[in-house]
Amino acid sequence: MLDYAVTVLTFAGLYGLMALGLNIAWGMAGMVNLGLVGFFAVGAYTSAILTVKVGAPLIAGALAALAVGAASGVVVALITGRLRDDYLAIVTLGLAEVIRIAASNEIWLTNGTDGISGLPGPWRGQVSPQTFNLIYLALTLAVIAVVLSLLQNVSRSPYGRVLRAIRDDPQVAAVAGKRVMRFKVEAFAVSAGILGLAGALYGHYTSYVAPDVFVPLLTLNVVLALVLGGLGSNYGALLGALVIVAFQESARFIGIAGLSAVQVAAVREFAIAVGLIAVLRYRPQGLVPERPPRLAAAPAAGRETRLDVAASGPGR
Amino acid sequence: MAQQVFQLLLNGLIAGTILAVPAISVNTIYAVLRFPNFAVASLATVGAFAGYAANTWLGLPAPAATVVAFLVAALVGIAGDEIAVRPIRPGGLMAATIASVALTIALENVLRFFFGNEARGYNLPVLRDWHVFGLLLGPQEAKDFLIAVVAMTAVFLFLRFTRTGKAMRAVADNPVLADIKGIDPVFVGRLATGIGMGLAGVGGMLLALDTTVDPLTGFRAILSIFAAAVVGGLGSIPGAVVGALLIGVAEELSLLVVAPDYRTAVGFVAILLVLTLRPRGILGDRAY
Repeated sequence: MLDYAVTVLTFAGLYGLMALGLNIAWGMAGMVNLGLVGFFAVGAYTSAILTVKVGAPLIAGALAALAVGAASGVVVALITGRLRDDYLAIVTLGLAEVIRIAASNEIWLTNGTDGISGLPGPWRGQVSPQTFNLIYLALTLAVIAVVLSLLQNVSRSPYGRVLRAIRDDPQVAAVAGKRVMRFKVEAFAVSAGILGLAGALYGHYTSYVAPDVFVPLLTLNVVLALVLGGLGSNYGALLGALVIVAFQESARFIGIAGLSAVQVAAVREFAIAVGLIAVLRYRPQGLVPERPPRLAAAPAAGRETRLDVAASGPGR
Repeated sequence: MAQQVFQLLLNGLIAGTILAVPAISVNTIYAVLRFPNFAVASLATVGAFAGYAANTWLGLPAPAATVVAFLVAALVGIAGDEIAVRPIRPGGLMAATIASVALTIALENVLRFFFGNEARGYNLPVLRDWHVFGLLLGPQEAKDFLIAVVAMTAVFLFLRFTRTGKAMRAVADNPVLADIKGIDPVFVGRLATGIGMGLAGVGGMLLALDTTVDPLTGFRAILSIFAAAVVGGLGSIPGAVVGALLIGVAEELSLLVVAPDYRTAVGFVAILLVLTLRPRGILGDRAY
């Protein structure tokens, strides 16, 4: 039972890390990412290929996942940075699909739909599986602590204020002399790097990566986690992830009489989608609303939320 | 070689014409409501299932089943939009976009719950391919092509000549002015969603006639559909047709150089190219 709780917490941590990654781009800089599972996949495959096929040490794999994830984020941001948000939504969604197709077809590199198995984990095999799980939970929490403190510092720094200014009104930020494009590219790169690192952590935990892990539903889960927690809030991102994973796990135990496995899975996915719609409709500010930074004007009255602001890109 | 290229061009033009139907759906909704509605993917699947039910359970031939696909997808589309997307629209266009993705996953899973994951096929007569100038042409494909052309022509005539169609174009052109003139934006929004989702249903059925009916029928085509919409110009209805023909032909011609599985990646590359070179799309974003 303890072992189960440890596993669930580790997955919650990985979701939380992804939600943190999404938050710096979307919550802070206003750049949505509907294909975040693609960057997650890029990280997972980078580390898997380096450690299993090349024989690189685990730490090198994880760092490479971070770097390759960030690099792919730079490319996407450079192409879409000057365009409206709806294009970013379409491009990121498409990118994730293309990455999944490539992962299924570039068999020489990724083993195709068989996936890559036997990813090393820290001290896996030398200690009991229970101890390994504990070690991995500690590792995940340590990574989260580092990323969280980094993002909190960014959020409070002048840099974070510029990101929020760009999110709220890129034109004003540009007039104030901020290089909007550069800030956007950097924020998206950091975001994609964190997603890549989360992918590497996932791969080395389960020791297996395959294309059918990286489905659009995973993106939806993380988007739901962040929106539920509170877009723009780092602690909200972590709380949202915990709630989502807890929900999914508890749903696992509710066997519904007379339903096949496919039907139970369908009910679960349906519930996640409906949950996201319900949060957007009834609590768009999330459980932990983003606290307006000091000196900022009081939040406008009415239904205005971070989602509004994220939606009002240039040219609108 | 030349023979093969011409064959692929022919296939591409037919595939592109069929693709134009759901691409028009994306751009009709975008023109009026200004957000990319990803629910088009699942409503295409709903249409594919509705057409399948009409065809195999009621024994209707494909053209009549298309009408059923249109009506069911339009009704489900409006209902889904009223519940899941319209109430969220005041909270921002990005929120609406995300809600549309959630709606797509929700509807897909409703279908999965009742029909399972297995692929189904329409009950169609098996006919021998025609030979035209040395090229192969399937009678079913020719029929699908005609259905697509009829559906598109109907939409063009509706937008061009009817009072409601003109109201829709007015809102797309200038929502503030249309509002001042007393055109009800909620009604026009609902109408755009209904027509758009109905067309998505027809498009989904046409895609399914060529492939299979399963909960992912529409989602598998989502890249091609949005590529067509973006390449032609997001929000432009003639643009959707131009974009779809280009994507259809490019996807077929890609078979000459890459593995068949990469066909859908063509759409993505096309999106990146257009966004880099001509972000407004080939025909710009004027609705009509």
